[in-house]
Amino acid sequence: MKISREDVMKVAALANLELTDAEVETYRGQLDDILTYIDKLNEIDTSNVEPMAQVLAASADDSALREDAVVRSDVIAEVLRGAPDPAPPYFRVPRVIEK
Amino acid sequence: MSAATAWTIPEVRAALDTGKISARELVKEFYARIERHNGELNAYLALSPDRAYAQADRIDAAIASGDALPPLAGVPLAVKDVISTHGIPTTCGSRILEGYRPPYDATAVTRLEHAGAIVLGKTNCDEFAMGSSNENSAYGPVRNPVATDRVPGGSSGGSGAAVAANLAVVALGTDTGGSIRQPGSFCGVAALNPSYGRVSRYGLLAYASSLDRIGPFARTVRDVAAVMSVIAGRDPLDSTSAAAPVPNYVAALGRPLTGLRIGIPDDYFAEGIDPEVRQKVEGGIRLLEKLGCRRVSIRMPNTEYAIAAYYIIATAEASSNLARYDGVRYGLRVPGGTLIEMYQKTRGRGFGTEVKRRIVLGTYVLSAGYYDAYYLKGQKVRSLIARDFHEAFEKVDAIVTPTSPVPPFRLGERTSNPLQMYLADIYTVTGSLAGVPGISVPTGKTAEGLPVGLQIYGPAFGEDRVLQLAHAFEQAGGAEL
Repeated sequence: MKISREDVMKVAALANLELTDAEVETYRGQLDDILTYIDKLNEIDTSNVEPMAQVLAASADDSALREDAVVRSDVIAEVLRGAPDPAPPYFRVPRVIEK
Repeated sequence: MSAATAWTIPEVRAALDTGKISARELVKEFYARIERHNGELNAYLALSPDRAYAQADRIDAAIASGDALPPLAGVPLAVKDVISTHGIPTTCGSRILEGYRPPYDATAVTRLEHAGAIVLGKTNCDEFAMGSSNENSAYGPVRNPVATDRVPGGSSGGSGAAVAANLAVVALGTDTGGSIRQPGSFCGVAALNPSYGRVSRYGLLAYASSLDRIGPFARTVRDVAAVMSVIAGRDPLDSTSAAAPVPNYVAALGRPLTGLRIGIPDDYFAEGIDPEVRQKVEGGIRLLEKLGCRRVSIRMPNTEYAIAAYYIIATAEASSNLARYDGVRYGLRVPGGTLIEMYQKTRGRGFGTEVKRRIVLGTYVLSAGYYDAYYLKGQKVRSLIARDFHEAFEKVDAIVTPTSPVPPFRLGERTSNPLQMYLADIYTVTGSLAGVPGISVPTGKTAEGLPVGLQIYGPAFGEDRVLQLAHAFEQAGGAEL
C-alpha cells in the first residue's frame, strides 16, 4: 500500500479541502492504483536528463518583458458585484484576528 | 441531423453576400435549432442572445451600407465554458463557479468577435476540463449527436457536439491532454490542438498552465484554418504566447502532398487499440499514401511513460491553479466558523469528484519528501517525450496516429475506474507534453456507425503542414473510408 488514510487526510488539509470519510476511503484506493502505475517511471534512468522547465524554446522576439506602463482597468465595481460577500471596496471574510 | 441545414464559413458568407439570409435571421435559425436539440444533447450551458443579436445587427448594418465584411462575418460560434466571456456565465462545468460572470473577454473571443463571429453561448465540458467523456460536468453529461447513448468525448464535449449537431458553425475548445482532439474524434468533426503558445491563453481559466491550449472545432478543415488565422499570434496579455509569424492557414491548404514523409510510430499500435479503430486508421494512412505521402516507420520509445508523466504534471499544476477557488472573490461560498473552515467547506462542496481526486493527487506529488520522486521525475520524462518528437521530425514531416484507441463508449460505461479512463488518453498526451500541434479528422466509421479519428501531428508551429495534410485527406473522402 503506497498511501494511507492519514496521507489522504494530510494532503486534503494542505489543499484546504473538506472530504467525507467515504471520499477519503475511495480516493485512498484510487490514488494507490494511480501511484502504483506511476512507479513505472522508475524503469527509466533519467539521471542525465534535464527536467523540462519551458515548453517551447523562446526566440528573441518572445521576451516576456514589456514596458512597465499603468493601464486603467476600471473593473472593481463589476468584480465586487460578483463576490459572495462584498463590502466595497473589500471582500468580507470570517474574522481572522481576535479582538 | 440533416446535412441540408449544416453551414460552413464560406456558405455563411455566400448567403450574406447574396442577401439570401441576414445575420439576424441566421442567429435566429441557430437559436431555434438549439431550442429543439439542446434538451437532449445538453451541449450548451448558457446562451447569450443579447450579445449575439447585437453583433448580428452590426454585421447587417455593415452589409446595408456596403462596407467590407471581416473574414468571419456572421459566423455562429460556441465557446467552451472554461473561456472567459464578459458578462456571460462562465462556470467551467463546476458548482464552485455557479453564477460567475467574468468582467472581461478572453483574447481568442475578442479576436473572433473583431473578425465578425457571433458568440451564441457557452458549451458544456468536464469540470475544469478534467475528463475524457464529459461525464464530470456538474451540469450533467453531454450526449453524442451521432449516437445519443454514447459520450461525446471530453473535456470539450459540448463544443464537439455543438458543431457535429450544427448548433454552431465553429467552436472553441481547450486541450490539456487531448480535450479538443478526442471529442473531435468522437463527434466526427475536425479539431485542432495548436502548438503551445500559438494561441493566447489570456482569459482561459487555467487547469495546467504548461499544457493548456485553446483551439477550434469545425465541420471542415478549411473552417478550422479560417478560425486559426484569426486567433493565432502574440498577445501582450499572455507572456507565453509566441511571436512566431502567423501564416495564412487557409491559403496553405491547396498545396499537393507529393513527397511528404509521414511517420507511423510502431509504439502507438502496440496494444490496447480497438481492432476497428486500427483498421480505419490504417485505411487512412493508405489514403495519405495514395495522395503522394511516403510512409516511414518510426520509434517513439518513451510513449509508454507519457500517461504517468502527464498525470503527475497536470495534477500538480491543477492543485496550484485551483487554489484560487476559495469562496472569497467569486462563485460559491459555504459559510464556516473560521476562514480556513470556510475555505475547506467551500472547496469540499463546490468541487466534484474528479477535480478533488486530481487536487489530492497533485498536492501529494508536490508535497515535502515526494517532489523529487514524482514531479521532478515527471518533468525529466517530459523532456524525453519531447525528444522523441524532435528526433522523429528530423526524419518525417508529420506523424500519423489514431486519436483515441477506442470509439465513443456508452455513458456510464467507464466511470468506475479513473485509471482506465486516463490510460485511453495515450495518443494525445504525448503531443500535449511535447508542445506540438495535432489535429483530429474523421477517418470513417465503425460497423455500428461510430466515428473514428485520425490524428496528424506536426512540429512546433507547423500548423500549416498539419492543416494541409488534413484538408487533402478530407477532400479525398477520408471521412467515408
